[in-house]
Amino acid sequence: MHPAPSVIVFTVLSGLGFGFLAFLGAAFVQPAGWTAFLLWGLGYALAVGGLLASTFHLGNPQRAWRAMSQWRTSWLSREGVMAIATLLMLAPVALSDWLGLGWSRLPGVIGAIMALVTVFTTSMIYAQLKTVPRWNHWVTPAMFLCFALAGGAILALPRWPALALVVVMGLALVLSWSIGDRRFAEVGQTMGKATGLDRIGKPSIFDPAHTAGNYLLHEMIHIVGRKHVARLRVLALIFAVVLPALALALLPGAVLPRAVAAVAYLIGAFAARWLFFAQAEHVVGLYYGKR
Amino acid sequence: MTCLPARTDKKLGLAIDLDTCVGCNACVTACKGWNDQGYGAPLSDQEPYGAHPSGTFLNRVHSYQVAPDQGAAQVVSFPRSCLHCDNAPCVTVCPTGASYKRSEDGIVLVNEDICIGCGLCAWACPYGAREMDQAAGVMKKCTLCVDRIYNEALPEEDRVPACVRTCPTGARHFGDFADPGSKVSQLAARRGGYDLMPDMGTKPTNKYLPPRPKDRLDTAPLTPLLDIRATGFAGWLDRMLEKF
Ligand code: SF4
Ligand code: SF4
Ligand code: SF4
Repeated sequence: MHPAPSVIVFTVLSGLGFGFLAFLGAAFVQPAGWTAFLLWGLGYALAVGGLLASTFHLGNPQRAWRAMSQWRTSWLSREGVMAIATLLMLAPVALSDWLGLGWSRLPGVIGAIMALVTVFTTSMIYAQLKTVPRWNHWVTPAMFLCFALAGGAILALPRWPALALVVVMGLALVLSWSIGDRRFAEVGQTMGKATGLDRIGKPSIFDPAHTAGNYLLHEMIHIVGRKHVARLRVLALIFAVVLPALALALLPGAVLPRAVAAVAYLIGAFAARWLFFAQAEHVVGLYYGKR
Repeated sequence: MTCLPARTDKKLGLAIDLDTCVGCNACVTACKGWNDQGYGAPLSDQEPYGAHPSGTFLNRVHSYQVAPDQGAAQVVSFPRSCLHCDNAPCVTVCPTGASYKRSEDGIVLVNEDICIGCGLCAWACPYGAREMDQAAGVMKKCTLCVDRIYNEALPEEDRVPACVRTCPTGARHFGDFADPGSKVSQLAARRGGYDLMPDMGTKPTNKYLPPRPKDRLDTAPLTPLLDIRATGFAGWLDRMLEKF
């Protein structure tokens, strides 16, 4: 699949943002005054920034509000509804922390759960697609949730629990690769089944359907980056897991380890998410003899 | 709503005969020609006269070489357009309600006035039947020529999809698969019409009719000539010549 920057930024930033908001809402950190303003502001900025980035790949972004309407069947719609509802649910807690109003924290706890559900709905946009076997597996939501929790933990939790979550995320990432690499073969779609010509023999491409590019080839059949896969996987692991873990374990102070870990996490997460898209193969490629 | 109808009164669709299709691409051109000027945004082209032309099409014809276990390979032309699936995943994933399946005849359509161009429906379709229009930013797909088949302004014989009307070999047949007596249902039953990628659970309406088995000659056509025994003068000449 085409690794569009807008969807990579969307899934990484809003995942991190909602992960962080979940920890803030559930009062793992309880900032007050201007610190509260900064931290909640950071959580909201990441979550909202990610959502805005997602509208950049729309053909008609001015109609984006319509995407809220089909929550009964569409995971993309559910994601939009959950994201907005979560941001609204957490707003009074953020306000109360900032201005010291002492309001109930109950919406914070509910909002924390809703934030994680939002991340789950994001992952289901991809995991629901039978046409992309690599994504169509429970490991996709598991991996998205681990990224959100680990990213949020780097920003919100004490160093040792944060480190533990980063390690768990690393395991989920490696698992998603090892399961993902087998998925296309496991699902067993072939050019023969796609065309039904396996009835009479073994098909291969005789002549391409068109010599120019088209939307399908550009959007769903992305071949260029795969040769870099092994190198990018190592980079993703170093930046998303090893460096944050080292920073959390070794750097002194309260802010420095978090800041270094967060920057490394972001670079690693972008690399991992690029791979998530670039490596995903759509069954339509079978008609073109390309994957 | 992007919920699928529990049932549709008719199941309009195509039976595509891979035995008769010669891969002339007339259906591709007719489809583009009709849908360029009727239903919704015209199918745009990018750089049509430039170095890298591309464009939106609702129907494309592939060409495969199929090698049987024994004997020579054969070439099969393979038209690919929307199958108007009963269990259409492209409809349920749509966040805006732009994609829908009609309960009266089962045609799957896009309401281009509310489509945001997110592309998720194209990702959900296993068959590559949807292409985003790069100029209008909305999703295009085969409409089963809904603006022809019910169009009383057209002469009766033209009230079929453009691709069906134009096909010079009659490889595309249009009709109601919910009616077991219809021409397309009969054809599908008689010829073993099949679904593409049935494991995807989409329950396509369109059926593909497989190529018929080729005749196979037992012996090469010129073999008997080698065996002719000449008689009379020619026989004498033959025998004489063999001596040298
Ligand atoms: S062929 Fe593709 S676009 Fe057409 S109804 Fe089926 S899933 Fe949808
Ligand atoms: S591109 Fe349009 S029709 Fe397709 S899912 Fe998005 S809003 Fe629906
Ligand atoms: S039915 Fe109409 S829109 Fe569909 S492929 Fe044929 S000509 Fe194109």
